Amino acid sequence: MSQFNNQRYLRRKFVNGLALSISVVTVIFALTFLVWILWTLFSQGFSHLNLAVFTKMTPPPGSAGGLLNAILGSVYMVLFATLIGTPVGILAGTYLAEYGKSGWLAPTTRFINDILLSAPSIVIGLFVYEVAVNSVGHFSGWAGSLALSLLVIPVVVRTTENMMTLVPSTLREAAAALGAPYWKVIVNVVYRSAKTGIMTGLLLAVARISGETAPLLFTALNNQFWNSDMSKPISSLAVVIFQFAMSPYEDWQHLAWAGALLITLFVLGLNILARTLFRSNQSPS
Amino acid sequence: MSPSAQNKNVGATIDKLFRLTTMFFAFLVFILLFGIIITLFIGSLPALKAFGPSFFTSDAWNPVTVQFGGLVPIYGTFITALIAMLIGVPVSFGIAIFITELSPVWLKRPIGVAIELLAGIPSIIYGMWGLFVFAPLFADHVQPWINDNLGSLPLIGQVFQGPPMGIGMLTAGFILAIMVIPFTASVMRDVFEIVPSMLKESAYGLGATTWEVVWNVVLPYTKTGVVGGIMLGLGRALGETMAVTFVIGNAHELSPSLMMPGNTISSALANEFTEAVGDIYTSSLITLGLTLFVITFIVLALAKLLLIRLALREGKQS
Repeated sequence: MSQFNNQRYLRRKFVNGLALSISVVTVIFALTFLVWILWTLFSQGFSHLNLAVFTKMTPPPGSAGGLLNAILGSVYMVLFATLIGTPVGILAGTYLAEYGKSGWLAPTTRFINDILLSAPSIVIGLFVYEVAVNSVGHFSGWAGSLALSLLVIPVVVRTTENMMTLVPSTLREAAAALGAPYWKVIVNVVYRSAKTGIMTGLLLAVARISGETAPLLFTALNNQFWNSDMSKPISSLAVVIFQFAMSPYEDWQHLAWAGALLITLFVLGLNILARTLFRSNQSPS
Repeated sequence: MSPSAQNKNVGATIDKLFRLTTMFFAFLVFILLFGIIITLFIGSLPALKAFGPSFFTSDAWNPVTVQFGGLVPIYGTFITALIAMLIGVPVSFGIAIFITELSPVWLKRPIGVAIELLAGIPSIIYGMWGLFVFAPLFADHVQPWINDNLGSLPLIGQVFQGPPMGIGMLTAGFILAIMVIPFTASVMRDVFEIVPSMLKESAYGLGATTWEVVWNVVLPYTKTGVVGGIMLGLGRALGETMAVTFVIGNAHELSPSLMMPGNTISSALANEFTEAVGDIYTSSLITLGLTLFVITFIVLALAKLLLIRLALREGKQS
């Protein structure tokens, strides 16, 4: 009898040890790929990063050049997408947080917004193609911005709502007791105390769209030349990387690595900035 | 009317205006979803009229004779996502267990940050890494082994036979797995953390091992949340474009082998949409896009509902 118990005990111990070792292995597995991907990116990227990348235009195959027009295009489109998406997102988020206690619109919108948050970005690109490219007859930087702004909106709506609901209702009541109308309460009290949180959301949204390629493929298309006219096809870093990396030309592939490094540094930098901003806000200072 | 009463009136009007403005923008978000579905549906009408429901069962894809069918990309989308789930879910589960149950406190944050970094890397980087680094390695070292050892199995052997090219469905699925791990793992970690420690401690008090606590207490308590997290990852895997486009090989041929190049809906769109000539070709691609959107919508909606159900139960208990 005691023999049987002992065996059972050993078996349980063994299963436990095995399961927990596998759990440790999975963590190592994930970390390996993180380090591997970053290492490849840094070693390839830095060895092909030089001044020409920032000062020259994208070259025709087989010759040297840079990524200046692509960087400019990306900056333009991300900037305008943020300018379009932010107000829409903040106001919609305000409705969900402040007026969303009753009625059908708020819960449904919240649900739809969460789905849009993870919806395939290439489908957003298709939608904008139908709306802003096909109907106009040509690709344009505006269409690219619009597609990106549709990716900004769900992120901003989500964080705005979360951050505004975190603001204690006593603050609102105190302001209301002083006779402030509700819109003033929201603008002067709630927005002000949720400011850092909303900013965090905004940074995360910018980080998300900076690396996006799929929605730009058939909205902004690409442009080999210097272009600052948003109503024409415009180049972007992500699309250029895609085109150059898939090409058989070594010069192009090298530029793609340099561009990939730039995008990743920018995106990860924004992510880290957003998190430190948020943490310093959370801790009582 | 006294000035103060007038002031109050103006205040009330602005109040109403403000409310209506925010409501309008919320409505805009609400209507966006239907806008997408309706627009894509209109765009896909020419193809649906030309091919009817057989579009979804035909594996034809011939721009010259204008014959299109969606079977190959739809099949590819599901198979790559399935591979991603088979690898990604157990790994995410292991990571979540490690963070919530095993990790010393000082290690929790760094690992959390590392997982977030993995989620923050743009998908195009995964694609480039997959094409230039992973695929050659996979072709030289892993695929010959799979061919030799799994290729001769009865019945399923066919699935693992194929030229070791590096690119193909298996590679795409594997890279997708790495991409969905951060999303699934962080949802699992979050839901594992809501398990009341009293429940866990009473199991420990009865002499249960850590694994038994996880399997018999934590998992049953959080199963809706875990499934929600898996579905969220699945939604990502189905719709991911760039990482897949680099390594899938863009071939419109149906093959039982996972080693062969294939196509997914998103990679077909990325590769062919701007080059598509003619209404039917474009419209066929839009139909594929609509299909993808509907599939991911269903998956994500289910994920969301499951997570909401878990949150509701949480609310009732506390």
